[in-house]
Amino acid sequence: MLETDELLNNLEAGLKQLLIDRKLDEPLMIGIRSGGVWVAEQLHQRLGIKSPLGLLDISFYRDDFSQIGVNPNVKPSQLPAHIEGRDIILIDDVFYTGRTIRAALNEIFDYGRPNQVVLGVLIERDGRQIPLCPDCAGARITLAANQRIKLTGPSPLGIDLQTLDTAA
Amino acid sequence: MNDNLQLNSDGKLKHFLTIEGLDKTLLTEILDIAESFIGMSDQQIKKVPLLRGKTIVNLFFENSTRTRTTFELAAKRLSADVLSMSIATSSTSKGESLLDTIRNLEAMFVDMFVVRHAISGAAHFIAQQTAPHISVINAGDGQHAHPTQAMLDMFTIRQVKPDFSQLRVAIIGDILHSRVARSQIQALNTLGAAEVRVIAPKTLLPAHVESLGVSVSHNLNVGLKDIDVIIMLRLQKERMTSALLPSESEYFKCFGLTEAKLKIAKPDAIVMHPGPINRGVEIDSKVADGKQSVILKQVSNGIAIRMAIMAMAMQTQGAV
Repeated sequence: MLETDELLNNLEAGLKQLLIDRKLDEPLMIGIRSGGVWVAEQLHQRLGIKSPLGLLDISFYRDDFSQIGVNPNVKPSQLPAHIEGRDIILIDDVFYTGRTIRAALNEIFDYGRPNQVVLGVLIERDGRQIPLCPDCAGARITLAANQRIKLTGPSPLGIDLQTLDTAA
Repeated sequence: MNDNLQLNSDGKLKHFLTIEGLDKTLLTEILDIAESFIGMSDQQIKKVPLLRGKTIVNLFFENSTRTRTTFELAAKRLSADVLSMSIATSSTSKGESLLDTIRNLEAMFVDMFVVRHAISGAAHFIAQQTAPHISVINAGDGQHAHPTQAMLDMFTIRQVKPDFSQLRVAIIGDILHSRVARSQIQALNTLGAAEVRVIAPKTLLPAHVESLGVSVSHNLNVGLKDIDVIIMLRLQKERMTSALLPSESEYFKCFGLTEAKLKIAKPDAIVMHPGPINRGVEIDSKVADGKQSVILKQVSNGIAIRMAIMAMAMQTQGAV
C-alpha cells in the first residue's frame, strides 16, 4: 500500500538532491491542475521556495481535443509574467503516458523560454507513450493495463487504485 | 426555428446561431471557458493549439469592425487558419448565389463559417445547407440575433457583478432594429436576471415587446431608477425606413445618457454599449469615456468569448 506521506518524503528528498545536482537557482515551482497542484503546495512549503507557486491548467494544450473537446471545468493558468530564463520545477501527481507533460511543456514555453525544467512526480507508473520521463518520483510502480491510479485530495491526500472493467 | 440545429446528439454545441433554446448550464459553460482564455493575455505567445489545422471563413455580407476583427483574432489565437471574406469584393457582387458561395468554400475544405448577413435567418439557412462537419457561428443576422455580442456582454457584466439574480438591467434605445437587444434579453432571462427593462420611445420598440420577458418604460428619468447595468444601443439609421424620430437632438434630449441621467441609476451602475457609438446621439462623451463605462472592456472580452464559442462548436467535429 502506498502512503502519501512516505511518497512526499521520497519526492522531497529527490528534489533536494536535484536542486544541488542541477544547480537550480531560485527555482519557480509549477503544479499541474488538479493533483499536481496539491502535491506542489506541500513541496513548495517543505522546500521553502520563495517565488509563489505557479498553477498550470493544460486543458487548452491537450492532444485529445478532437476526441474529448474542451474541459468545461478549465481554470485560468496562473504563472508569473517572467518565465524567461527561470529554473522551473514542474510537479504532477501521476506520470503515466507522458502526454500531460508534453502539453504542460508546450504551455510553459508559450509563456517564455525557461533556463531549465525538471519534473517531479508523486508516482511514476509504467505505460509511457512518448519519450519523456520524470527526473524524480516518490515511487515507481508497475500496474496491470486495466489499472488506473489517481490522487484524491486536496486534504487529506490519498491514493485511489481502480481496476477498470476489461469489457469497457 | 429549429433550436436543436445548434446542438449535436450529445447536447453539445455544434452551431451557435441564437441564444434561444440554449440553457443556463451551456451559457455558463461558455462564460467559464472564456474566463480561462482571458488569462492567456499573460502569455508571451498568445496562442493555444486547440484549432491547429482548422480553417475558418469569416463571411461578412455586412460591414463590421469590432466583430470581424475580434472573430479573426480569436480564431488566430486558437491557431486556426482564417480567411476573412468581404463580400463587396467577392463573386457575390458578380451575381453568385449565397449557396454557390458556400458550396465553393466547402470545396476548399473549410471547417467553420462565421456569418454576418443583413437578412434574418441567414446563418440558420447556411447551417441547414452546409456539409455536416462544418460549424456555423452567427455574427449577426438582420434584426434577429447577435448571440456572440450578447455573450460577451454577459461576460463583461459577470466580471463586475457576478450574481445575475440580483441584477436589474436596462436596455435603452433602438430596440426595434437591434439584434443585439434580442439576444441580450434572451441571455439575461436565461441566466436569471432579476429584471430586464427596455427604455425607448414607442416608435423604437417592437410590437408586443413584453412577450420577450421585459418590463417597459418610455421615460429615461423614471426607467433608470434602481438599475445596476445600463446598456445603450446605437440608433440604427441605416435600417430605418420611415421617420421614427423627430430629430437626433430631440432624441438625445429624451433618451441620451448624460452624467446627470446616469445619477438616477444605482451609484455603482455600469454603462455598456455594443458599438459603434454615436457620441452626442445616444450617449454623451463624458459618460462613454467615464469611470462607470466598461465599453472598451466589452471589446477586449469579445476575443475570449469568441474563442470559447469557436472551440466549443469545433469540439464536436470528431464525433459527427
